[in-house]
Amino acid sequence: MRGQNYSLWSLLKHGFKNHQTWEPAWERVALKPSYDVVIVGGGGHGLATAYYLAKNHPQVGRIAVLEKGYLGGGNTARNTTIVRSNYLWDESAAIYEHSLKLWEGLTEDLNFNVMFSQRGVFNLGHTLQDMRDIERRVNANALQGIDAHVLNAREVKEKIPQLDCSRSRRYPVLGASWQPRAGIAHHDAVARGFARAASRLGVDLIEGCEVTGMDISGGKIRGLQTNLGMVKTERVGCVAAGHSSVLAKMAGLRMPLESHPLQAFVSESMQRVIDTVIMSNAVHGYLSQSDKGELVIGAGIDSYLGYGQRGSPHVIEHTAAAIIELFPQFSRVRMNRQWGGIVDVTPDACPIISKTAVQGLFFNCGWGTGGFKATPGSGHVFADMLAQGEPNALARSFSVDRFHTGHLIDEHGAAGVAH
Amino acid sequence: MFLLHCPHCGETRDEEEFSNAGEAYIPRPLQPEAVDDATWGDYVFMRRNTKGWFWEQWQHTAACRKVFAVKRNTATYEIAGTWTLAEGKALFLADMAKEQTK
Repeated sequence: MRGQNYSLWSLLKHGFKNHQTWEPAWERVALKPSYDVVIVGGGGHGLATAYYLAKNHPQVGRIAVLEKGYLGGGNTARNTTIVRSNYLWDESAAIYEHSLKLWEGLTEDLNFNVMFSQRGVFNLGHTLQDMRDIERRVNANALQGIDAHVLNAREVKEKIPQLDCSRSRRYPVLGASWQPRAGIAHHDAVARGFARAASRLGVDLIEGCEVTGMDISGGKIRGLQTNLGMVKTERVGCVAAGHSSVLAKMAGLRMPLESHPLQAFVSESMQRVIDTVIMSNAVHGYLSQSDKGELVIGAGIDSYLGYGQRGSPHVIEHTAAAIIELFPQFSRVRMNRQWGGIVDVTPDACPIISKTAVQGLFFNCGWGTGGFKATPGSGHVFADMLAQGEPNALARSFSVDRFHTGHLIDEHGAAGVAH
Repeated sequence: MFLLHCPHCGETRDEEEFSNAGEAYIPRPLQPEAVDDATWGDYVFMRRNTKGWFWEQWQHTAACRKVFAVKRNTATYEIAGTWTLAEGKALFLADMAKEQTK
């Protein structure tokens, strides 16, 4: 393994030299003419794939990650950093729980503080039907071995005193589901941690390298055309989130994906007011507070297709209205920044981790509005697929074939607004 | 925020009056009972999801409730025009023919 380890000792050592002696976290290398495996997309999922591939399957050989912008600059930098695993169906709950377990040891594993904070997630119920859905999901989670609890309005009020749980509200809080092990992490830290760890294992991370075409002959992938020249390879993993359809088109494939803008915003930094994550499907918004003290707020996607990383202002207005409905005391909080990411949404709100009709070409996409929480799990299972050519037990249900066989995994209820 | 011209009402209105109704002109298999699962799955689920000029449907939900065709650039968000579904189809087919000859 190359590069330095981060520890109290290294902090002291470099501290005495005024921190002028730290090596760069990852190595800048030039694109080589051929690789054994190329991962297209240098966001959290792509970097996690590269890391687990190099760590768990070193026999695959030379690995490169091609990123058209900078590492972790797409959706990884544009999400609301919520991590949870309380999904309804066994297939999706299993993969998100696998991911959550990896999150729990990620800082030690990567030797990089990803600031994973298990502060719990509340999904509020405002109607009788909401509460029935919550009970069903919590019961499913209990059977899946995932921590989940149903709380009534009084218990919610005890845990979140700032929330008005009285019956006089327009959308009264009747209760909530609560996953105590859920929480938030630091988005940039995750990308940088995986990038550094992958680079230390010898993965080439190439920034500013956009794939412009694919060389396919005899039903097999032979190489990629990029703005930095040709790359020969017989195994390609596409982890391009919103741009997956663009890559699929280069291979003559169509995906059941629609790329929508998803907007979010943060407030100015404030003292600690919220120590957990609160989501509401019915009022349609969610909120947490970052370690810096900003309120991190998000809601639903814009209805139309868009690659422009921006959406329509009325969606922001609806989101702000939803948050003020839940927390009227935030009505005079000033907003600092607003942005949009491009999310690749599937018809069943579940990801696609799949082989394709082209031999050697694999896709990991369709994580839609909730990909951040899956970062380590997604990378872990996709690394297995790239190494073995076949999905492992966790990824098997997420083949693109399910849109032909009809075995969809409908997670709209658990995904909903609640990313 | 888009301003969309409804070809049925003849009015240019704010996006909030409309609902996006997805990709336009997806051909339904002529004999649904006869096609295999792959063809039917492709029809129901697979999408172009084009980056660039794209034909889509919008419904004027807050007024006439009719659906019409819009040609919009999904990367720059420019709108080339709006037509009734029947008027738009000929232009859409011409665009597709142009793309194929490329």
